[in-house]
Amino acid sequence: MDAIVKKRIKQVIKGDQDAFGEIVEIYKNSIYQLCFRMLGNRHEAEDMAQEAFIRAYVNIKSFNQDLKFSTWLFRIATNLCIDRMRKKKPDYYLDAEVAGAEGLTMYSQIPSNTPLPESELESLQLQEAVQKEILKLPDKYRTAIVLKYMEELSLNEISEILDLPLGTVKTRIHRGREALRQQLRYV
Amino acid sequence: MCPEQIIELMHEYLDDEITPEQEQVLREHLLSCKECESLFNELKKTVAFVKSISTMQAPDNFTANVLSRLPKEKRRIWMQRWMKNHPLLAAASLFFILMMGSLFSTWNQDKDFSVSKQKNLVVRNNTVIVPKGETVKGDVIVRNGNLDIEGEVQGDVTVINGEKYLASAGHVTGQIDEVNEVFDWIWYHIKKTSQDVVQIFGDQPETK
Repeated sequence: MDAIVKKRIKQVIKGDQDAFGEIVEIYKNSIYQLCFRMLGNRHEAEDMAQEAFIRAYVNIKSFNQDLKFSTWLFRIATNLCIDRMRKKKPDYYLDAEVAGAEGLTMYSQIPSNTPLPESELESLQLQEAVQKEILKLPDKYRTAIVLKYMEELSLNEISEILDLPLGTVKTRIHRGREALRQQLRYV
Repeated sequence: MCPEQIIELMHEYLDDEITPEQEQVLREHLLSCKECESLFNELKKTVAFVKSISTMQAPDNFTANVLSRLPKEKRRIWMQRWMKNHPLLAAASLFFILMMGSLFSTWNQDKDFSVSKQKNLVVRNNTVIVPKGETVKGDVIVRNGNLDIEGEVQGDVTVINGEKYLASAGHVTGQIDEVNEVFDWIWYHIKKTSQDVVQIFGDQPETK
């Protein structure tokens, strides 16, 4: 797959947008998920994810082709999300129902005439609870946790994406994990 | 209260970075300490919860939306892809261009005035005259000039890209051809067809 991505990147550098479309297809779910877990809002997540891809396209010439493309892409997306989180900080607490409102859209995606099986409802509630707790984490812990557990990246990759020493990444994941444990222990 | 070091080991374990010796230490401690055991289980449960959040799908049309927001593609790339997708048309148009090119060059090449060599032909300012009362034997060919026939030609007369005047007293035994009109006719049709083709080419990007 890396070989395909490398080939596509060469085509994109020549200006081929169809090749870029293929790259978007490969990474869209992870990038969208990253943005959603960081921002907690579908609309914003889509906006940021699109922005991340557009920035990648515009700056593709500055991408060092010896490195992993996904790392570079994740770095763009993460930085965009962190920026966005900082900007919306003031109204973040007013916006506390965002996670709940998301639940509504999730319910509305299920055909209304079929009753929801209990187990599914429970898992949905659990997902919501987990998402809510992740959103409560401070930015730096949230970023590390999302990259580690949602995107299943290695500590080394995370340290590259965040441009932080491995030790710092570890500490952030430990703290994030501990904070989540305290919130989720009675679920 | 358990040593901080044990909690550190738990995290090492969860990061898959624990050494066998450290794991041994951790396991032994967990066996003897209920408090740490439940904390360890909670941590493992938390990780399982976080991992269990279903993987998300990007919304429909995500890729299309991204592509529509990109800056305009270079025209050269578009051409390349078009040629890849329509090899036959590309080959046909290439052939057409070459053919037109060769036509152009032959058209432009023979701009020089020339006339077949017969001794009693008179040449005056790009006009070849068959003088009155003279008889020219053989075919007369005039390129890029006019032919004025006042006498007699025993053979065919061909005027390429010029005009011929046949005086009432003039006489030609063979065929008389004026190629410029035919050329004009061919040329007119080539131009017309090529214009249509160019229009098809020009329309393509909008329908894409």
